[in-house]
Amino acid sequence: MLVIEDLHVEVEGREVLHDINLTIKEGETHVLMGPNGSGKTTLLRAIMGFGSSRITEGSLIYKDHDITHLPIHERARLGIGLLFQRPPTVSGLKLGKLLAVTSGGDSERVDEYARHMNMDTFLERDINKGFSGGEIKRSEVLQLMIQQPDLVMLDEPESGVDLENMSLVGNAIAALVEKDKHIVNRKKSGLIITHTGYILDYIDADFGHVMCDGTFKCHGNPREILKSVQSKGYKECIECQRV
Amino acid sequence: MPESMKGFSELGEEDLKRIEMTGLQTGSLEGRSGSFLQVDEHIHHASTDTKGIEILALSDALEKYAWLEDYYWKAVPRDKDEITQYIAAREPKGYVIIARKGSQTTFPLQTCLFLAKDDIQYVHNIIIAEEGAELHLITGCASSMKTKNGAHYGVTEFYVGKDAKVTSTMIHTWGESIEVYPRSVAIVEERGIFLSNYVCMVPAKKVQMYPTAELRGEGAVARFSSIMLATPGSCLDTGSRALLSAKGATAELITRAITTGGTIISRGHILGSVKDTKGHIECRALILRDGIIHAIPEIEGRVVDCELSHEAAVGKIAQDEIEYLMARGLSEDEATATIIRGFLDVKISGLPETLQNQINAAIDAAEKGF
Repeated sequence: MLVIEDLHVEVEGREVLHDINLTIKEGETHVLMGPNGSGKTTLLRAIMGFGSSRITEGSLIYKDHDITHLPIHERARLGIGLLFQRPPTVSGLKLGKLLAVTSGGDSERVDEYARHMNMDTFLERDINKGFSGGEIKRSEVLQLMIQQPDLVMLDEPESGVDLENMSLVGNAIAALVEKDKHIVNRKKSGLIITHTGYILDYIDADFGHVMCDGTFKCHGNPREILKSVQSKGYKECIECQRV
Repeated sequence: MPESMKGFSELGEEDLKRIEMTGLQTGSLEGRSGSFLQVDEHIHHASTDTKGIEILALSDALEKYAWLEDYYWKAVPRDKDEITQYIAAREPKGYVIIARKGSQTTFPLQTCLFLAKDDIQYVHNIIIAEEGAELHLITGCASSMKTKNGAHYGVTEFYVGKDAKVTSTMIHTWGESIEVYPRSVAIVEERGIFLSNYVCMVPAKKVQMYPTAELRGEGAVARFSSIMLATPGSCLDTGSRALLSAKGATAELITRAITTGGTIISRGHILGSVKDTKGHIECRALILRDGIIHAIPEIEGRVVDCELSHEAAVGKIAQDEIEYLMARGLSEDEATATIIRGFLDVKISGLPETLQNQINAAIDAAEKGF
């Protein structure tokens, strides 16, 4: 579904990502871990096409399209979706209004999903304005549910979500990447940034990657990587020379 | 059944369309409590079907009610400036609306001032809401496509009685060569509420106005909301002023301004001269293409315990907001228009839904130009 080749990305004139190579096949879910500032969010933003994450070398091939220089909305229309870690507030734009646009006016579906995510009372509110951390995540998941992307990118979906809502968010995300379907029938892929690994309780990710200083340090079983990070931190990863 | 509006039949289809853009109904008058139409200096229509509410031409009202002298030129001084002097020197034109004690309009009253000739149109309007009355007014000001060099001079005096509520929604649809000089003052008594909404999304050569609300009664409330777009060649010098002259008086002046090349001067002044008063000015502006936005908010407190604040911001649309919406599949232009539409969305509490819809429609019509 997505092939990243030798990707180099600059942010504000400074190279943040170097030599990134990654292949995500249809139906696979990948987890991205790494210390703060290692470039995880930059990678997701570069795949989405944000202007501030400028690709200087390498290529992004998505469903056989070269999307390296495609505008954001065309990537979104091809089926790439992003759950923002800290989305901006858009004053005056009601969450319900945006969902009406992205759903193509399907108000029934909007209402149903909004109720499901406990966001039905937020439809008339300005998007993200005064939302708590957990409300932002529920709103973001709701937007992705309407969008139904084929490549679901999630930037720390569990941060700020309280225990009570974790299963709601976790299960909704599992549905987005079709974890409810048998492995051979899964068409959706995921790329998920997580620090805590809580999300792994809801989705069995297939591959894990550790990023340090803008490049991948190791790849492996996501549970094992998490376990090692939990016990030893990222110090070993940073020092590790094996790629 | 309300009678149909006289005077509209004489206007062409294009002009009717421009009038309708200001939120007025030109066909059936259902859904309106009353209507008034003045084309240039001719009064074509004045009618209302609501009990306790009267709408009549100023000249007729002055003849009919001697007591009107107590209101005529009492809120706005005759010699205020050349505009008021011009109007005072001429035969009275314009309308008087009287809402008797406790009366209420279910539907808004509509008044239309239409400029058809290349000349100066002048009006003097007096709106009186007696104790406990509730009045919703929509005023459409428009000019004919054919008018090339006209001007509109207007005086409006509002008297909002004890516990009365008046909402005044004014939508301007002038032409690129028209100059407009409204002069208006509202006097608000005890617990009276005055809401003034101004929408100007269509080019005008010059609009100059600085409406004032004088909150004389305890607990009186005023709220001015203005939504403006200045296209190249337009100069909108507008503002609003609130005088907090009684205990518990509160005022809010809210402006959303956009320039795509024109000039907007957004003034605001709140004067707190007695204790226990509150006022806030909020002006937000976007410069979409090089133009001028000059915000001049003034807050003036003269006693202990008056709480006044202001915020003003001039800027551009944030790139991260555009990209956020693009990530949901909206093109850059769609994202920009959606954000601007949200920026202009000032929810006006206490406004009937039909009037809010008219305001929304005026903004929607201009959206293509962003």
